[in-house]
Amino acid sequence: MAELVRAAQSAQSAPRRRAGRVALRRFFAHRPAVIGLVILLVLIFAAFVGRHLWRYDYGDFTGDYSDPPSAAHPFGTDSSGHDLFAQVLRGTARSIEIALFVAVVSTVIGALVGAVAGYYRGLADSGLMRVVDLVLTLPLYAIAALLGHQVGSGRSGWISIALVLALLLWAPIARVVRGVTLSLREQEFIEAARALGASDRWILFRHVLPNAGGTIIVNATVYVAVAILAETALSYVGFGIRSPDVSLGSLVAAAQAASATRRWLFYYPGLVLTVLVLSVNLVGDGLRVAFDPREDR
Amino acid sequence: MAWYAARRLLASVPVVLASTFVVFLMVTYSGDPLGDFKTQQLRQNNNPAIRADRIRGEQHFLRLDHPLLERYWLWIKGIVLHGDFGPSRHVPDIGAELGNRLLVTARLVTLAMLLAVVLALVVGVVSAVRRARVTDHLLTLVSVVFLSLPVFWFAVLLKDYLAVDLNTSLGRRLLFTMGESTPNLAGGFWTQLGDALGHLVLPTLVLALSVYPPWSRFQRTSMVEVLDSDYVRLARAKGLPRRRVLVHHALRTALIPLATVVAVDFAGLVGSTVITEQIFTWQGMGTMLLDGIKDRDVYVVLAWLLVVAVVVVVVNLISDLLYAVLDPRIRVG
Repeated sequence: MAELVRAAQSAQSAPRRRAGRVALRRFFAHRPAVIGLVILLVLIFAAFVGRHLWRYDYGDFTGDYSDPPSAAHPFGTDSSGHDLFAQVLRGTARSIEIALFVAVVSTVIGALVGAVAGYYRGLADSGLMRVVDLVLTLPLYAIAALLGHQVGSGRSGWISIALVLALLLWAPIARVVRGVTLSLREQEFIEAARALGASDRWILFRHVLPNAGGTIIVNATVYVAVAILAETALSYVGFGIRSPDVSLGSLVAAAQAASATRRWLFYYPGLVLTVLVLSVNLVGDGLRVAFDPREDR
Repeated sequence: MAWYAARRLLASVPVVLASTFVVFLMVTYSGDPLGDFKTQQLRQNNNPAIRADRIRGEQHFLRLDHPLLERYWLWIKGIVLHGDFGPSRHVPDIGAELGNRLLVTARLVTLAMLLAVVLALVVGVVSAVRRARVTDHLLTLVSVVFLSLPVFWFAVLLKDYLAVDLNTSLGRRLLFTMGESTPNLAGGFWTQLGDALGHLVLPTLVLALSVYPPWSRFQRTSMVEVLDSDYVRLARAKGLPRRRVLVHHALRTALIPLATVVAVDFAGLVGSTVITEQIFTWQGMGTMLLDGIKDRDVYVVLAWLLVVAVVVVVVNLISDLLYAVLDPRIRVG
């Protein structure tokens, strides 16, 4: 019996692998997506590797106060003598860490809840979906500010902020995955797997979730962008990342008073933030087209 | 239709109750609302008996001497029976304050939503009609850029460049960058209106530009689908003019999905106003919420949430009723 299942599995996974390659080819044929991917990789490299190669650390006092951008300080310095380039690199790293954490946690929770609800239907479905509905009624910024105010301080505060965002953002993913699962479970290959005696867990993890993969990946990318913007907005209103830690949002917020006199303090963090979110969104668009060719008509 | 609307409103009561209860728990457990008061008393008051007495008085005022569930029950009872939104140490009358601020925020949200819907329609329809041509690619790119701009950064750019430069070139203040109106402004109705509009332009623009991109993409997708459909091809084949087919046959159908998306995203739009109000230092609901969170003022936060939840429920209902208007196949009831 187990052999039969495995045979059915391998017969079924071959086309899926081919489908993955087709999606990949479509992604790379989409020029904006490739540009976005390159920019994103450069930013990730600069934030996580380049940061340690740069001559200043984000906490260093350089002795140059409020210097405009120059060769020594490409992004200038602030009034306490911090090198803004080092701070922006560090803030970018922080934003990417938070976004990845949020995307992974919210996608895993959302995909599991959605798949279980859609697959089992009945009581599990209505129970889980009421929870989803409840979370969806909670306004993201309000709740995140409320919880972020409580947990966000200190050096490991970013994990709490990311957790808060993840616990608010899984609900819409669960809803989408449930929809996909509802239509998948009626298809013949699931029925075939069930006829071969495959367990519910096997069907869920080997058939349902992989086939919902495209949808899940596209949504996860969207939420990377949403998470970056949400975290920076929170830090901006003072409920997110706080000193001594820096994020791109807290840098912009700190520089707001200086936007007229020392413009570089305000412009560079915001510009890098915009480019970061833009590159993620371009990649997300490319993935959407890659997994759903109807989008590109 | 009225029966359907009433039933829908009734069904949403438990959701609103559950949502407010969750937030009630969150604020309550987020810390002691009298923390600052206690340290202040400790510094100013040397007599422990008087100190304890005062603290007990404040606790009684905030209903902290009641058990948790009873406090929630009292809050609901107060609203339903007396229209009383609960006590606060920072806001004298939450209900009255809410009324004032609701007007301020409502005009921002309404105008921004209208502008965003118009933008989404125009961009989406033009992109769909000129599909896969330069116009389409350009509009898509512009939308992605607006989707990626952090509002609080973009708003300051608009203030610095658009507003200040425009005001300087005109030689008078046309666009305002702070507040929702000029305090103590003398003058008649038209002066007041002009002043309010001058304050509205930038926040509305910022908010609308930050929310329209997903909507316009949605509009484009549904418009493309409709344009490819048989009945549109038939209408063209019958020899109807292109414009007529676009507006009367295609657009009407393609509007239906947009109505849903706008309603679903409405809560997010209200959330974004919290940030927008903070940027432009508006005395609206968002600022009230942020102050309430800082002060751990549970009834202020709950009042905000209650208003937003009720508005979201109503907007979703309107969108479902719009469905029936836009799509003759759907009958509600």
